[in-house]
Amino acid sequence: MTFSSMARKYEPRTPPAQKVATSAMIASLAAEGYDTVAAPFGHALVEQAQKDARIVGLSADLSKYTDLHIFAQAMPDRFYQMGMAEQLLMSAAAGMAREGFIPFATTYAVFASRRAYDFIAMAIAEENLPVKIVCALPGLTSGYGPSHQATEDLAIFRGLPNMVLIDPCDACDVAGMVPAMMGHDGPVYARLLRGKVPTVLTRHKPDYQFQLGRAQMIREGRDALVISSGIMTMRALDAADALAADNVDVAVLHVPTIKPLDVPTILAEARKGGRLVVTAENHTLNGGLGEAVARELMLAGVHAPFRMIGLPDEFLEAGALPTLHDMYGLSVARVTEQIKAWL
Amino acid sequence: MRVQTRPGAIQNMSLALRAWNIRRKALLMGEVQGQGYIGQALGVADMLAVSYFHALHTRPDDPEWDGRDRFYLSIGHYAIALYAALMEAGILPEEELATYGMDDSRMPMSGMASYTPGMEITGGSLGQGLGIAVGAALALKRKQNPAFVYNLMSDGELGEGSTWEAVMSAVQWKLDNLICIVDFNNQQADGPSRDALAVGAEAPKWQAFGWHAQEVDGNDIEALVAAFDTARNLPDARPRVIICNTRMCKGVPFLEQREITHFVRVEPDEWSKALAVLEEGKPQ
Repeated sequence: MTFSSMARKYEPRTPPAQKVATSAMIASLAAEGYDTVAAPFGHALVEQAQKDARIVGLSADLSKYTDLHIFAQAMPDRFYQMGMAEQLLMSAAAGMAREGFIPFATTYAVFASRRAYDFIAMAIAEENLPVKIVCALPGLTSGYGPSHQATEDLAIFRGLPNMVLIDPCDACDVAGMVPAMMGHDGPVYARLLRGKVPTVLTRHKPDYQFQLGRAQMIREGRDALVISSGIMTMRALDAADALAADNVDVAVLHVPTIKPLDVPTILAEARKGGRLVVTAENHTLNGGLGEAVARELMLAGVHAPFRMIGLPDEFLEAGALPTLHDMYGLSVARVTEQIKAWL
Repeated sequence: MRVQTRPGAIQNMSLALRAWNIRRKALLMGEVQGQGYIGQALGVADMLAVSYFHALHTRPDDPEWDGRDRFYLSIGHYAIALYAALMEAGILPEEELATYGMDDSRMPMSGMASYTPGMEITGGSLGQGLGIAVGAALALKRKQNPAFVYNLMSDGELGEGSTWEAVMSAVQWKLDNLICIVDFNNQQADGPSRDALAVGAEAPKWQAFGWHAQEVDGNDIEALVAAFDTARNLPDARPRVIICNTRMCKGVPFLEQREITHFVRVEPDEWSKALAVLEEGKPQ
């Protein structure tokens, strides 16, 4: 039998006039016009590890694709290659944390959140052990299709007690979150941007520094307030620039810590009346930043016009990342267009 | 506390008495709740006696002493057995026996690290203990701490893929400070483990992965002592497993005879009967 959802696989295709390459896992995130920093996570971890002997690094055959190879090269005796075994990766990290070490365990976000969830829940989070789980390919940052697109990782981990969740925007966040994770005595799940990572936030706000648990205004604006995390803050800032040309004034509140959420800052900004409130996340609309913000607004009785930008409740297509970001509403053009339409 | 190894039957008789005490305490806890994984507890009592009174280095007054041998209970539902052993070893106060499974008890029905002194990990989600033990064994080596990590798991856990991830990793890292104990009672929730995934001889599987494997009668104290000594003293740079073939409900013949199931049903009036039967078999 043929499932209706599979019917298209029997439709022949012809080569397109213009060649568009699928973005592979090793490709860096395209960020037009921004400077980039190479492997900010790897270098920040080496810097921390030089100060703190408790740090060890573990990976499940993905050190090169999580920038942990920088650490492995700098401190080979503190790097543990656990093989392609994510359940082991997480339980062994738990065992090392029990003995006083602070393990940074890296893999792809899909494998940590889907395959190793029970091990993270029971071996790490239930005992509040200081394992730092740092995962590449968050949300829609790969064109490989659903096997590598962690579109629901934050929803999965938001339900897990003791877990702190970080969704960084740029190289500044990625480098800043490493010492911040060390400052938190418990488990952390951090989404990772790797390879050549754009520097975004300091261009818009020169004194910006990542602070765990803090939302920060990156740009002020009178007409709309975008509350965003991860790469969607970059998209929101670029969209705000584009909208400024049309005399639309957009504020951007960057929320790199998804849990615990900086509720006071979010409410204070949302209460400033007369603005459309838009959440923007590189994640399914189910159970991520948008719903978390909506809950707090409801509970606090803040009744601003409210819209959400994020991924649909679907397994996403494979293809070139720019095509997919356009298709699912994460590109600058689509964010700009959506905000404009809602105003 | 480590009981010094003395040759011959006297030491083994004292271990038999320890095992008997562990059985008795487990039955008393079962009586408190009117239920419990008593079949497993009676089955592993000999192995726990050999662990806590022959093999393990512990300090009863300092359960978190860094030099202790770590004993991981991957099988959280065996907590009733480990509580009995921890009480017998002086790590848990015997006065708390009657709180077993009660609200606010330090001895919940499934073992959890945050509740109980001497309970090293939170077990219960089966297939996790050996992986955690690999991490702890790596960490002990990193700290140059000569302690051993013991992980007690069940035959049912041999069906979890994560067990075999850990089995491979322990060989990869040459973890000669890791001793895995498999309680093979051939019973899991839906029936015999041999009818599920524990098919074929076990020791050769572990050997094929590179482990030093021993298979013993888990209710024969002398055999257990020899196996634990071998596992501990082996000069090879590889992990060790002791597969203990145990009999559910060992020591209480009328329960042993009962159609063996994963969760042995004991009627309210049978707890005192079981204790009386156990009393008759008390080692001299």
